[in-house]
Amino acid sequence: MSASKIMKKLFSLLCAGLVLIPASVLADYELNLTPSVTQLGRDIYDLHMLILWIVTIVGIGVFAVIIYSLINHRKSKGAVAAQFHESATVEFVWTVIPFIILVAIAVPATKTLLAIEDTSNPDLTIKATGWQWKWEYEYLDSGVHFFSSLDKASNDARQMNSGTDPRTVPNYLLDVDKPIVVPVNKKIRILTTANDVIHAWWVPELAIKRDAIPGFINESWFKAEKTGTYRGQCAELCGKDHGFMPIVVNVVSEGEYNDWIAKQKKLAKASAASANKTWSKADLMKRGQEVYNAQCAACHQANGQGIPGVFPAIAGGKITTGPVKGHIDIVVKGKAGTAMQAFGAQLNAADLAAVITYERNAFGNKTGDVVQPSQISK
Amino acid sequence: MSDHKPTGITRWLFTTNHKDIGTLYLWFAFIMFLVGGAMAMVIRAELMEPGMQVVDPLFFNSMTTMHGLIMVFGAVMPAMVGFANWMVPMMIGAPDMALPRMNNWSFWILPFAGTMLVSTLFMEGGGPAFGWTFYAPLSTTFAPASTDFFIFAVHMLGFSSIMGAINIIATILNMRAPGMTLMKMPLFVWTWLITAFLLIAVMPVLAGAVTMMLTDRNFGTSFFDAAGGGDPVLFQHVFWFFGHPEVYIMILPAFGIVSQIIPTFARKQLFGYASMVYATAAIAFLSFIVWAHHMFTVGMPVAGELYFTYATVMIAVPTAVKVFNWTATMWKGSMTFETPMLWAVAFVFLFTIGGFTGLMMGVAPADFQYHDSYFIVAHFHYVLVTGAVFAIIAGIYYWIPKWTGNMYDERLGKIHFWWSTISVNVLFFPQHFLGLAGMPRRIPDYAVQFAEFNFMSSIGGFAFGAAQLLFLYIVIKCIRGGDKATDTVWENPEGLEWTIPSPAPYHTFETAPKVK
Repeated sequence: MSASKIMKKLFSLLCAGLVLIPASVLADYELNLTPSVTQLGRDIYDLHMLILWIVTIVGIGVFAVIIYSLINHRKSKGAVAAQFHESATVEFVWTVIPFIILVAIAVPATKTLLAIEDTSNPDLTIKATGWQWKWEYEYLDSGVHFFSSLDKASNDARQMNSGTDPRTVPNYLLDVDKPIVVPVNKKIRILTTANDVIHAWWVPELAIKRDAIPGFINESWFKAEKTGTYRGQCAELCGKDHGFMPIVVNVVSEGEYNDWIAKQKKLAKASAASANKTWSKADLMKRGQEVYNAQCAACHQANGQGIPGVFPAIAGGKITTGPVKGHIDIVVKGKAGTAMQAFGAQLNAADLAAVITYERNAFGNKTGDVVQPSQISK
Repeated sequence: MSDHKPTGITRWLFTTNHKDIGTLYLWFAFIMFLVGGAMAMVIRAELMEPGMQVVDPLFFNSMTTMHGLIMVFGAVMPAMVGFANWMVPMMIGAPDMALPRMNNWSFWILPFAGTMLVSTLFMEGGGPAFGWTFYAPLSTTFAPASTDFFIFAVHMLGFSSIMGAINIIATILNMRAPGMTLMKMPLFVWTWLITAFLLIAVMPVLAGAVTMMLTDRNFGTSFFDAAGGGDPVLFQHVFWFFGHPEVYIMILPAFGIVSQIIPTFARKQLFGYASMVYATAAIAFLSFIVWAHHMFTVGMPVAGELYFTYATVMIAVPTAVKVFNWTATMWKGSMTFETPMLWAVAFVFLFTIGGFTGLMMGVAPADFQYHDSYFIVAHFHYVLVTGAVFAIIAGIYYWIPKWTGNMYDERLGKIHFWWSTISVNVLFFPQHFLGLAGMPRRIPDYAVQFAEFNFMSSIGGFAFGAAQLLFLYIVIKCIRGGDKATDTVWENPEGLEWTIPSPAPYHTFETAPKVK
């Protein structure tokens, strides 16, 4: 404990000396593997420490011999070169010893790996689907279903020269608009897959990292032993905004979890009801702008200009100023093999109608069209 | 007559001389090293502070992608071939490479392939932005139009490498001086012989991978598309079947260079020559059966994960043998520390650190935490920068007096060494901490708890980059003049290359020497 404190202090001083800023600015940083809140995570941590100690001791041993030699066996000290250049015994010994050490590592590694891969008998199963660049979660037991993207504060601050200091944003880049909620001390099975390219679902404190591969489903699991909020990120390069699709898991008591599920079901009903009413153009434009900034701006840009050759422009676009039907089609069904997703699966009819109306009447597009939720055929 | 050579541009365009071609390879590699290094500077500039300040995320991804591709295919590999061209004939007592015209061709493909690769950055939609590992489907249906140029460039680079490898094998097996049996060859020649076989085995696999990408992108196949019955993971298996031997293609010649340098400056024969040869062969063999340790998180069956864990950690045995042999070579030697020796000793220390982290990541359950984090970035830069690149720099200092006839500036060489070695550790060591704390690789912006170490790393990066400009100056200065080098250059070094005059005449060993 005190040793690690001293290490931290030393590092603070080193960093401070290096960058000439007060050590107090160096708030909290970690030197070692993130401690876990699951038994498997602790096993992985112990395995990590075991190997780390082995390589450290071997390293100190070998380096000590080299350094001794560098100091003492130099010509300037009058050292005369010895003549030996092989020794069957020595060479045999230093081939066998590493082999024995490796067996000593392989035994606990095998045990831990078998436990990690035992995904049987889960209490709860959640399917996590990676999209460019957000996560979709589906609670297979209760039907709760939603998308989870980078929260607005981080998203605003991470724009080029946003003027916002990321240090002032709570949990910068590690917060989402809708975290997943799971009960404590239950075996949660995570099924990972993807809609477009390969992503990876990684939460260090839960000691899970598993690829999300389009067309395939991977399994992994965790059993968190402490309530709290655990944060992670996508770990597989998935395109432009790979760095901006965090994962947040709220581990709560079973009672809180049940309340949360009930609330989610109610919200789903309210959302379905919004599709049946007729909206004014002003309301559609207001809601459409919110949806656009949350869902579309990452590719088509906040000014609707897109990125030439990669993401088409909304402003003056062939689709956004052409027939309404074509516009609805591409938003609802997407375009296979491109970053243009099928938003019909992600947004409710009201949001779809609003964002299409917005795109047809913003960025200098003057179609005057108003699209109502009833026109959206899924 | 003996030193007759053509002049002007045609000397370089039409040359079939192994020394000229070696020089061309080394200069190409140096230029690419600076281009790839400039991209690394862009990456470190963006990562210096949290928030986006310098480039947009898509261009950032292009930078990480191109930096990796250029350093691997444009800098390290051509530099190693450059050494092979210069040194293999001189070390085995041959007058030239076995296939001189093909030698010319395999070099001259490179500038065109390199130019085509770099030109993608200026195309509409930007350059490749899917990482140097170009995983499908991000590199197929989701990639910019310039990807087809990237595929063509990779094909050309592969052609060049295969021809170079055939040439090296033909030279070593057929053109050794009388008396130079295989087990008398310098270790550098041995490592290149084994490397050349690796190249011939895996470059066609890479060509297969990019060809499948090409047809998936343009001709309606679905090798890597689950919707058409394919499998994105297939791409990773094919890629890493190439990719793992590829990392040994970059490091084995480095082992060879260091194994030449340490005995010279320890004034003592290399310890365990035979075990060095066997260890190199063992590493090469193992490199074919461990590839899936790069993809432990793709959801392999548990039996596969266990197998690849066991096979991977086995590599530690022959690698450890090598490190022990270098240590035993220095032990009870009579050492001096000229610049090449400094770089070689630093290689032994720092490459070993990279080897240790490699062992850690070979263990599947632990790798679930390390995978795709900055820990792996730290690991492969320790083995490739302080490993392969340090060995290349060591080799340049070691042989450049023989090439140019002039000694390099020893004082500047030492400054270059200490400046690089300190800054490279400031650059890469903190990345271990970042990875363990949970920072993913290939992200243009990060959570604020990663800010301090990223700042350190960037400072180290700029310093390391600047040090290589000093290296450029030292090399040019040495070519233009300096103290005259003696024929042996160093004190009593072993090897045929030291029996010829400095600078090495245009044609050497027209009559084969006798090896006792």
